[in-house]
Amino acid sequence: MSERVPFPLQIVTAPKVAERFGDLHPPFDRQAAVPEANRCLYCFDAPCTIACPTHIDVPGFIKKIASGNLSGSARTILDANILGASCSRACPVEVLCEGACVMHRYNKQPIQIARLQRFAMDALYESGAPLPFEPGAETGLSVALIGAGPASLACAAELRRRGIRARLYDARPLPGGLNTYGVAEYKLPLVESLREIEMLSQLGVDFHFETRIDASGLAELERKHDAVFLGIGLGAIHQLGVSGEALAGVTNALDLIAGYKSGSLTTVPERVVVVGAGNTAIDAAIAAVRLGAADVRIVYRRGAEQMSAFRFEYEHAKNEGVKFLWHVQPTGVRGDRVVEGIELTKLESTEDGSIVPQMGSEFVLEVDLIVLSIGQATHAAFLFESSSTFGKIQLERGRIVIDRATGQTSYPKFFAGGDCTNGGREVVDAVADGKRAGIGIAKWLEVQYVQT
Amino acid sequence: MSRPKPTLASTFCGIECLNPFWLASAPPTNCGEQVMRAFDAGWGGAVWKTIGEPITNVSSRYSSIDWEGRRMMGFNNIELISDRPIEVNLQEIAEVKRRYPKHVVIASLMVESKRESWHDIVQRAEDAGADGLELNFGCPHGMSERGMGSAVGQVPEYCEQITGWVKEKARTPVIVKLTPNISDIRVPARAAKRGGADALSAINTINSITGIDLDTFQPNPNVDGKSSHGGYCGPAVKPIALNMVQQIQADAASVLPLSGIGGIGSWRDATEFILLGCNTVQVCTAAMHYGYRIVEDMQDGLLNWMGEKGFATIEDFRGLSLPNVLEWKQLNLNYQIVARIHKDLCIGCQLCYTACWDGAHQCIHLDRTAAAPDTTRTPGIVEAESARRISTTPIPKLDAETSGRTNAITPLERIPRVDEDHCVGCNLCSLVCPVENCITMERIDKDLPFESWEERVAKGLVPTGASEVMSTNT
Ligand SMILES: Cc1cc2nc3c(=O)[nH]c(=O)nc-3n(C[C@H](O)[C@H](O)[C@H](O)COP(=O)(O)O)c2cc1C
Ligand code: SF4
Ligand code: SF4
Ligand code: SF4
Repeated sequence: MSERVPFPLQIVTAPKVAERFGDLHPPFDRQAAVPEANRCLYCFDAPCTIACPTHIDVPGFIKKIASGNLSGSARTILDANILGASCSRACPVEVLCEGACVMHRYNKQPIQIARLQRFAMDALYESGAPLPFEPGAETGLSVALIGAGPASLACAAELRRRGIRARLYDARPLPGGLNTYGVAEYKLPLVESLREIEMLSQLGVDFHFETRIDASGLAELERKHDAVFLGIGLGAIHQLGVSGEALAGVTNALDLIAGYKSGSLTTVPERVVVVGAGNTAIDAAIAAVRLGAADVRIVYRRGAEQMSAFRFEYEHAKNEGVKFLWHVQPTGVRGDRVVEGIELTKLESTEDGSIVPQMGSEFVLEVDLIVLSIGQATHAAFLFESSSTFGKIQLERGRIVIDRATGQTSYPKFFAGGDCTNGGREVVDAVADGKRAGIGIAKWLEVQYVQT
Repeated sequence: MSRPKPTLASTFCGIECLNPFWLASAPPTNCGEQVMRAFDAGWGGAVWKTIGEPITNVSSRYSSIDWEGRRMMGFNNIELISDRPIEVNLQEIAEVKRRYPKHVVIASLMVESKRESWHDIVQRAEDAGADGLELNFGCPHGMSERGMGSAVGQVPEYCEQITGWVKEKARTPVIVKLTPNISDIRVPARAAKRGGADALSAINTINSITGIDLDTFQPNPNVDGKSSHGGYCGPAVKPIALNMVQQIQADAASVLPLSGIGGIGSWRDATEFILLGCNTVQVCTAAMHYGYRIVEDMQDGLLNWMGEKGFATIEDFRGLSLPNVLEWKQLNLNYQIVARIHKDLCIGCQLCYTACWDGAHQCIHLDRTAAAPDTTRTPGIVEAESARRISTTPIPKLDAETSGRTNAITPLERIPRVDEDHCVGCNLCSLVCPVENCITMERIDKDLPFESWEERVAKGLVPTGASEVMSTNT
């Protein structure tokens, strides 16, 4: 390869920030990993494997840790999930593999699958061994992948292993999408995300950064390639639609997280309000605490029962000192040139189940920073504005409709996966989508070329 | 009327014992200072580290087998007998006996196979005050090359002859310690008995190589890159020791008062040896692993157990299990059990399922939720089916149907079912099941009277010739 600077070396690290975002779950050392691995029962048709969206052979990789076959363990993980390292840190394992572990019904302590997975992946990196896969014999076929997030990366890996060229296009300067810019640092440090992708690049994936693909660009890619994969994720975070929203001091969760992770944001002011109560909102609120805010509140239209954040994320936020204000709605932003306060109205539910503002309940919370995290739009518009070809791609509620098993869209040459198809789920779901699409594309191409 | 308070005091071939827990001849009994500390901790007796012409040891000299996180499941040594001068050992024995007259000190001896040498050492050990003598005919390494240790223990004639020489001189009881490195433990046991031994102890260590370093290709323990076969002991050898103890006890020509040794680490282990007829037990590896303090629970646990069972003395339960060990041909062929899975305890790991399919008789099935029993699905088919399943992360708000899901109850489709008509009652599944009492083996009444192989042969129900083939492992 040329003298390309490896991805992890391309970033400016902010040591202070890194310090504050130390590991949420510290890594295992061997003395702890081996007994934990031996605790795994090696279930048949293991529920943990079924629960993992990428279906990692969990008991298989765990038993290899127990026997000291660490390289085999890493390979077992990567075989099912090429982003096994990121997933071991970012996955909500409480509702996935560990949530399904039969040990819940035995001594109540599930096997710590994610930490074991990370142990195996770390060992692989530390050994300096290359990715245990090789690109397949070149077929001369090529696929363009839009977006360099987990879905595209997983798809690209499958394609490369089958000798199909994979060209990734991303608007950002570095690959990884949310893995690199969007997952809380104490879960998945940016360097770790990049280290993993650096390894993956050994398969010979082509990266094109800071390249925004518009409708005409897409048409061109379609002409030049044998298939196109859309791994475009979600679009911008919704706006509140209230006055004062354009003031300095109003930001959104994704920019806040990407900012501190990439080192461009190192502090936040005293008083922060996060609007919304999804997992991203929680990540942003905790980030604000760790970046130095003294008073961090989450405001949400509904109650704790209805929020989309996972229970354990909620508990974590409370432990970090985040306060929650339920049943309130922002109705305006106050301030002169910068944000000074947020106007809130209490909500109440009516007999027919809808929630309405409570008369005369308006109040103002003095804040220095407002972080919006009230859901994201999709990039649907991007497809609509395209020429007639893309009009053929079926959408539903803004999401690209795909065949779940193959990732194929209603327009056969186009495949898709990840957030743009499911409206925003976990990294591991994007990886699973990408993997299925990669295999799907290869199968589809095979059929195309056998026919000619 | 209250039951008598149980006591651990007993007598072993005429030697009064405060309790049956002795330290075996090994590093924990290397010197007087150690033995006195052991007595303070509660040990009833100590067999002194074997005394003889001092030797030079190698280093390293120990290695071990770890098992799933448990250290030293099996322990191995290539150590020889005491490396200290005979006089020093004997002086210290005298000192210990003076300070601890009620505790048992046995001198373990090994000298060259000459009558005078044995007479001499016996005299000196007894003069020092030893309560008894243990003849080390077992040491499998180093000493055997010098015509001692197991070189004696493996040849019945030598065993008998040397025991005889010792008996000519000895005034205290003579215990012969047997080596397990022989195909039938009863052969040297009978020889010792013919030679006049007062008691036996068994077993000494088993020949072993614990392992090879996969980086250096050198075996353990590593002595300058090389190694040698060593003696195996610790928890891993207990089943072998119990079998040998039973064989000795069931053989009229061998049976003598017996001190059981091999893998004893708790009162439970000790009790098993006593139930097979041992009078005392000896411990080495467990004391090397955890120190002398383990004897506290040994005494406490055994006394509590005796109290619960209503036993006042060791003699009350010694040997009670012996009648329950028979030869295979005497077992009831008409006794039939089958496996039963208790749904409420099952955690759905399906280890029993794959064990019965691959390792037993293919009679556990995963068709509990099927309309009709489906015995055609193999483990391979089951796995292929689930590999095709697509799953996603359940998000509370998005997936209303999954939000109430709980993992506290095992889904019915994961709970296997036993086809009792085909179950052969081999027991494998219940051994594999990680949950206690989840799979029980239940007797099914076949309305058939007791019948053994022996009886079948006697009734002429077995083709001629077959009876010869079916002999025991002796
Ligand atoms: C390091 C070591 C040294 C031993 N030295 C002797 C010895 O000198 N004389 C002897 O009769 N047995 C010796 N043994 C055997 C022990 O007395 C005992 O028979 C054996 O370890 C089995 O008991 P255990 O499973 O409790 O360790 C030695 C054992 C070990 C581990
Ligand atoms: S469910 Fe738990 S015990 Fe069973 S294989 Fe998975 S991690 Fe191991
Ligand atoms: S006892 Fe043996 S044959 Fe019967 S179900 Fe269990 S494993 Fe299968
Ligand atoms: S081994 Fe035990 S716990 Fe596991 S499935 Fe079978 S019966 Fe249930």
